[in-house]
Amino acid sequence: MSILNIENVHTYYGNIHALKGININIEKGEIVTLIGGNGAGKTTTLRTISGLLKPREGSVSLNGEDILKYQAHEIVYKGISMVPEGRGVFARLTVLENLEMGAFSRNSKEEVTRNMNRVFTLFPRLKERRTQVAGTLSGGEQQMLATGRGLMSNPTILLMDEPSMGLAPVLVELIFDTIQQINKEGTTIMLVEQNALMALTIADRGYVLQTGEIILSDTAENLKKNPTVQKAYLGME
Amino acid sequence: MRTSFGERLLDLAVNGFLWGFRILIVVIVVLGTFLTIRAGKYTSEQWIDFVVFGISQGSIYALIALGYTMVYGILRMINFAHGEIFMSGAFGGYFIATWLTGIGFMDKYPVFGLIISMMFGMLVSTLIALLVERIAYRPLRGAPRLVPLISAIGASFFLQYTFRGFFGPGVYAYPSMKALDGEWIFFGIGILKVQIVVTIAAVVMMSILYSIVMFTKIGKAMRAVSENKDVAALMGIDVNRIIVTTFALGAAMAGAAGVLYALTYRQVNFFTGFTPGIKAFTAAVLGGIGNIPGAMVGGLVLGIVESVGPALFLDSIGIPRPYQLKDAIAYIMLVMILLFRPSGILGERVSKKA
Ligand SMILES: Nc1ncnc2c1ncn2[C@@H]1O[C@H](COP(=O)(O)OP(=O)(O)O)[C@@H](O)[C@H]1O
Ligand SMILES: [Mg+2]
Repeated sequence: MSILNIENVHTYYGNIHALKGININIEKGEIVTLIGGNGAGKTTTLRTISGLLKPREGSVSLNGEDILKYQAHEIVYKGISMVPEGRGVFARLTVLENLEMGAFSRNSKEEVTRNMNRVFTLFPRLKERRTQVAGTLSGGEQQMLATGRGLMSNPTILLMDEPSMGLAPVLVELIFDTIQQINKEGTTIMLVEQNALMALTIADRGYVLQTGEIILSDTAENLKKNPTVQKAYLGME
Repeated sequence: MRTSFGERLLDLAVNGFLWGFRILIVVIVVLGTFLTIRAGKYTSEQWIDFVVFGISQGSIYALIALGYTMVYGILRMINFAHGEIFMSGAFGGYFIATWLTGIGFMDKYPVFGLIISMMFGMLVSTLIALLVERIAYRPLRGAPRLVPLISAIGASFFLQYTFRGFFGPGVYAYPSMKALDGEWIFFGIGILKVQIVVTIAAVVMMSILYSIVMFTKIGKAMRAVSENKDVAALMGIDVNRIIVTTFALGAAMAGAAGVLYALTYRQVNFFTGFTPGIKAFTAAVLGGIGNIPGAMVGGLVLGIVESVGPALFLDSIGIPRPYQLKDAIAYIMLVMILLFRPSGILGERVSKKA
């Protein structure tokens, strides 16, 4: 059974028709990637799922429950967590405080401690920097923090918006390794990327978004071999 | 290119004026200070009095300033009705203090009486602030920044004249508390009991607020929301609830300040909130609007400068009644800060970027 189901979603910014009836299905335990160029509507898709934007038409359901009726902060309690584009760390809060905010929806102290230990195991660097103010971290460290913060609510599905943006190749590799690790530990992942090659390498399946429409969907393996994808997103002729 | 000569001339004139203004202020301050100290007109005991009064007054400004700064931090708006929130707290405190005095409780248990009066003032302020937020601000969330500002000014007048309607334009005299009459002597220097009690109460309130903001889950969420509302919502934080909490906390501080202010001046009327409101706004800007420690520092600095300033800067340069210019000093400080360091003492230089 698919845990996340997006059907015929139309999202607008005023008069701008940003998503033109998209359909996406995500199965439990998968890594699904959504690739597409700048302005294709990737961020809009994630913001629609997380409740920051409300579509004018269509449905979004989690485990069969319609979640459009919930506000963004309520959706976190349902098990969806998002790592926003550009990381969005709270620059004036410390690393520890950022992680605590990630666990805002959790009331059990033991659970928060457990999640925090998990994050520190995934990103030992964050443990070293835990008392540091997040604004003073490097870009890579901020991405680790944003990812760790997203895990603090122990989500069933983690939405990640371009985690590789602006990072050096070594760090991209590290982040993607961690994404796989997180997935192995049982979290379903929806990964939005412009770095299509990396994304298709770790994903099970992928969707290709172009100006608000899904133009292709297939296994990652097949997408990598698809001439359209190779030409437009993998830079091959 | 054609207008460049005219523009340059205008630029020069404006810059010249600003420099002249700066220099004038510096000359007045330096010369005034020098002449006053040489003249030796005031005893050191008097100076200490000025400073102590400045601290107690400043700690009240600081308490009020916290509300301006916290609401600004979270909504980027100036809550111009905050002075009236403060006034409503002073009124609330007045009624309960009068009643407690009437039944003899205040004389028997002055500390409890004071605490109860403050709590009641805080309660009244908080309720009124929540109403104002719900009615005058929340429906305008997302509107251009000028719109809630105008609504705030409207709310301010509305509250003033509502209080005037209910309680008339007259002045209500606060009951006198025997326990607060007279002085305590420290190292041979007498200091008014009221001023000490006011300062201590204000410092306690500020410490409570600061601990809430720094160390509690809700306080951290307040700071998160003030940085980025969308991302805060993604954490599961109910942004509206945090905004309401911020208004409530700021109003509670203003309500406490209202009671303390009324204890100092022994009176309250519908217009009581106006001047302290602007002063506290000045203090918030002075410390860097949006910055919580800044509001506290700004309040103290303003209180002290305003109290010491007339004697120190103005008395010996031939100004006939320097104490009448106390408010002018505060407003000149506001103008200077806005002109020369809009980010305030502790603020980051954000206004330049915006
Ligand atoms: N806040 C906004 N207001 C108006 N249009 C927007 C806004 N955000 C995005 N858009 C438009 O919606 C489209 C999709 O944007 P987005 O989802 O950010 O794309 P992507 O994340 O794939 O780069 C673009 O055409 C963009 O210009
Ligand atoms: Mg994007």
